[in-house]
Amino acid sequence: MNLDFSLLNWDLIQGFILKGLAFSITLTIVATLGGIFFGTLLALMRLSGKKWLDVPAAIYVNGMRSVPLVMVILWFFLLVPFIIGRPIGAEYSAFITFIAFEAAYFSEIMRAGIQSIPRGQVFAGQAMGMTYGQNMKLVILPQAFRNMLPVLLTQTIILFQDTSLVYAIGAYDLLKGFETAGKNFGRPIEMYLTAAVLYFIICFSLSYVVKRLHKKIAIIR
Amino acid sequence: MAMEWQVFCKDTLTSEVVSGCLGSGKDITYLNWIFKAWGWTVGVSLTALLIALVVGSIIGVIRTLPNSPWLVRFGNAWVELFRNIPLLVQIFLWYHVAPALIPPMKSLSPFVLVVLALGFFTSARIAEQLRAGILALPKGQRYAGMAMGFTTPQYYRYVILPMAYRIIIPPLTSESMNIFKNSAVAFAVSIPELTQFALQAGEETSRPIEVYLAVTVLYVISALVINRIMAFVEKRARVPGFVASGSGAGGH
Repeated sequence: MNLDFSLLNWDLIQGFILKGLAFSITLTIVATLGGIFFGTLLALMRLSGKKWLDVPAAIYVNGMRSVPLVMVILWFFLLVPFIIGRPIGAEYSAFITFIAFEAAYFSEIMRAGIQSIPRGQVFAGQAMGMTYGQNMKLVILPQAFRNMLPVLLTQTIILFQDTSLVYAIGAYDLLKGFETAGKNFGRPIEMYLTAAVLYFIICFSLSYVVKRLHKKIAIIR
Repeated sequence: MAMEWQVFCKDTLTSEVVSGCLGSGKDITYLNWIFKAWGWTVGVSLTALLIALVVGSIIGVIRTLPNSPWLVRFGNAWVELFRNIPLLVQIFLWYHVAPALIPPMKSLSPFVLVVLALGFFTSARIAEQLRAGILALPKGQRYAGMAMGFTTPQYYRYVILPMAYRIIIPPLTSESMNIFKNSAVAFAVSIPELTQFALQAGEETSRPIEVYLAVTVLYVISALVINRIMAFVEKRARVPGFVASGSGAGGH
């Protein structure tokens, strides 16, 4: 078996790979931001101490966390068109799915982050006459984000790897780009290898950055 | 949206409802099929878990060995390699690329290839957990073992590992549940497991909601059973007066 990487030129990269890479990165960023936003809301619901907020949030988070992501992707691809009443593409379905799914994971991280803040901080905010919203926004959440930043970023790296699972509904992501190129030019082996190397380079460098950041934050505290 | 659960009593070829819901001989119903698919999911997951535990333990231990920098580097490289490539890509590598590059691997069945992929992927995560567990022990434990005149394998076997494994039971529990969830990715290389069943049967019967619901419930049951088994193990293995540390959040 001879490997031939000669077809890996700029035309192929431009024609097949960049589009997929752009989608994977956009999906990662949108799902991270959306996931952190809704995840924080879920975490606040779970820590609210009110049963009617806590229980539904707990059911949602634990439900999402006990089902394989592939099944969640299939579920949303099936159900979202039902709910909004018209067919949507695999790409849009992927955005909604990943925000909903990652919110469950980010909510657990944010919950741990909020709980890591000493109670004295909460009391101090209250003593200043802050409302619940002000206390959260100005005192607790900024510190929770800061403490959890390395974990949040690590989860983002996992999320980036998981975007490859949109394969199940045929969305055009980075992996799909390599696969299509490999099939079109009869060189699937080389393309799968290149895909693996590219994913490795991206994820390895990102996790290196996170490690550095972790050290920096640890020194300041 | 009315549910129609009778779909599971239908014959997979003739689409006729079979009385008693279970087919006989070669005529199988969707109920027969889904249980068979569940069997594949359980088979793939448990075999991969076994590989992951063995390989992960070895890699985790050699990453903590004193005075063997090259073994430590090898262990670190192993973890980084298997952690930084998406599972789906790793499955493609084992299934499409490895047999093409290494001819003897052509004789391996898809089941073996997927189990290796899932097992090695998870081994990196278990290695990381075991390393953290070993490092969480006070240094004095290691020195105490050395002072007793134990060789390195001996003090690992009798002093460090028994405590380290107890510490990492909580993360091991979630990793065992993860392996069931991750086995769903095997659908991409046509392993006839639950997700593959969901895709095929959902299409054939035109009742995807019922099929997906059943499959989702089976995944949840599998995760729950594993969780209970690990809780039982944790309880049986507990050392009185020793409080194990908790696990972190995140991961899939």
